[in-house]
Amino acid sequence: MEHIVSIPVGPQHPALKEPESFMVDLQGEKIDAVRMRLGYNHRGIEKGCEQRSYTQDLYLVERICGICSYAHSTAFVQAVEEIAGLEIPRRALYIRTLVAELERIHSHLLWLGVAGHEIGFDTLLMYTWRDREQVMILLATLTGNRVNYGLNTLGGVRRDIIAEQMPGILKVMDSLEERTKYYIEIAQTEETLRQRLAGVGKLTKEDALLLGAVGPTARASGVDRDTRRDDPYGAYGEVSFKVVTDQHCDVYGRTVVRLGELMESYSIIRQLVKNMPEGPVLVKAPRRVPAGEAVSRYEAPRGEDVHYVRGNGTEKPERVKVRAPTLANTQAVAKMLEDGYLADLPIVIAAIDPCFSCTDRMIGIKDHGDGERRTMSWDEVSRYGVDFYRRKGIDPSRIVLRGGSAA
Amino acid sequence: MIAAASLFQMLIFPGFLFLVLLGLTGQFVDRKLYARFQNRVGPPWFQPVADFFKLLGKETVIPEEADGRMFRLAPVFALGAVIASSFYIPMWNVKSLFPFEGDLIVVLYLLLIPTLTFFLGGWYSRSVFSTLGAVRSITQLFAYEIPLLIAVISPALLANTWSISGMIQYYSAHPGRWLFNLIGFAVAMVTLLGKLEKVPFDIPEAETEIVAGTFTEYSGRFLAFFRLAIDTEAIVAASLVAAVFLPFGFGLAPWLAFIVYLAKIFAILAILALLRTVFARLRLDQMIDFCWKVVAPVAFLQVLVDLVVKELI
Repeated sequence: MEHIVSIPVGPQHPALKEPESFMVDLQGEKIDAVRMRLGYNHRGIEKGCEQRSYTQDLYLVERICGICSYAHSTAFVQAVEEIAGLEIPRRALYIRTLVAELERIHSHLLWLGVAGHEIGFDTLLMYTWRDREQVMILLATLTGNRVNYGLNTLGGVRRDIIAEQMPGILKVMDSLEERTKYYIEIAQTEETLRQRLAGVGKLTKEDALLLGAVGPTARASGVDRDTRRDDPYGAYGEVSFKVVTDQHCDVYGRTVVRLGELMESYSIIRQLVKNMPEGPVLVKAPRRVPAGEAVSRYEAPRGEDVHYVRGNGTEKPERVKVRAPTLANTQAVAKMLEDGYLADLPIVIAAIDPCFSCTDRMIGIKDHGDGERRTMSWDEVSRYGVDFYRRKGIDPSRIVLRGGSAA
Repeated sequence: MIAAASLFQMLIFPGFLFLVLLGLTGQFVDRKLYARFQNRVGPPWFQPVADFFKLLGKETVIPEEADGRMFRLAPVFALGAVIASSFYIPMWNVKSLFPFEGDLIVVLYLLLIPTLTFFLGGWYSRSVFSTLGAVRSITQLFAYEIPLLIAVISPALLANTWSISGMIQYYSAHPGRWLFNLIGFAVAMVTLLGKLEKVPFDIPEAETEIVAGTFTEYSGRFLAFFRLAIDTEAIVAASLVAAVFLPFGFGLAPWLAFIVYLAKIFAILAILALLRTVFARLRLDQMIDFCWKVVAPVAFLQVLVDLVVKELI
């Protein structure tokens, strides 16, 4: 009976779209233990921000995530605007909120498709991604890009939405609402789907609070928490919407919450389009941002996204810190996988809607000899790289190390 | 002369070459329908052939740990068993190539071999994903094989013969009696999904869990032949189901009977494609529960129906 097989799910595995390692100990089909390892996708964005001006940083933080790019860009710009004490025109806030909700729609539809794929229901994937295309096209029409919209700037937004574009937005909302109702019906009636989702990846309310889960993951465990309502930013204070929660505490609940949030997003967008105020979309921002610090909270599609920015009176920030929602949810994954089946592993991981490359912030180097973690200085890394290529027969002798000495 | 004719029948028509071409066509029909059901464009008609030849030209990697001989032989055995079983299934003629009393059981036995080769090929690959896929293959086999067996032998009970050719003679002599076997037909369709490892029973090769299961380490021509064996198995299994459960149109002119045969095969493939479109993949324990608690009792119901009908007529 005590026959344990370890299988590596990741860093490269068809279930994961990003490099992340889950070492799964299996007893038959049952999961005995899961060892998680983050850090395969560290890109040094926070450090990069310190070496660029605030405006340049905007485009850099937008590239933290490919799906919720606008979440990071807005969270960052909100923090900087708070330090600079800028008063943002109402129309700009409305446009930001509009794009934020469109992003939530495309992200949730994307998630629904991925979830379908993880449980072998590719038809759902094809259907939802076809419908998602409408939002992508709409976003491209409004902002010029399908992802990484480049819409935000210090003091407002770079593009206005003209009156002629409004009917198009509403048309897409009507069409998507119809489709979402259909998906809700499928989720309620399709037997294999229900069997694969219900009771899988249990996370009780207590555990969700204890492990600091955020976003739809927490709300599906009955935690009534949503930054849009609790700490309104943008135009959320001026629209009415309800925070969708669910008591299922499993993957099925997370699906219900996301589908419910889609319906809320359609309603929010309709209100925004209807009440869009007239006026400018941009105020002039100073090149130098005064010294000060600010924390900005933002309800990204995956949960609360937190940005911390500290300025020192120059054109460049002194420190930028990003807490992506996936980092808050990863702890909960290990809990959800306890006593689960291998077959449920992909959908349980997918159910938090992970975005690992947004999460990865640091790198730990593991020496396989003694199993201890070590850190390397920049010079050591350079030297290691040079030696590595030299052993392969490539001579990098013309490369000059940072100390000034040729390798 | 007779030997030469037999050889022609076995290797060219309606044997190996014909089945392989039909298998590739079947793969195209399945993929195209699957794509259309999902609102996609789908592949062009020559895609399966192109895939096959492309795989033949690819580098073949055999893992160092693997048992090279078993690894190489598994696809050949799979294809061989499938082709061999087709010799005992009447396709559009009343008689199969080599009919004898009891060929029904032999066909079922031969159709079991591909699954065994999935197990052996996966097991001897030695990789964790392959091994898990292999174990899942064989576990799943115990779930669907018994209901399939019961479903397929119940029409034979009614016809009072263990030969498929004999069954066709019986049902041709008594047209309409195959309608008693519709429950068995449904059971056979469900279990075929398991046999062909298609959604919702594609557990042994669940991509998002164990990469490609048995076939994880396979590449190049061995993978090409494994896939060819699976495509051909789909055709042969569909032929078996058509012969056992849809025994009509055999007495017609040869060309007409041939068209009726193709229509039946492609209808069965279309139903399989539809089924794999509308379901999510089940978990192994759910699949076994479903097969034993739902499908097997329904298959027994079919046996009961046939026994009662036999008493009454």
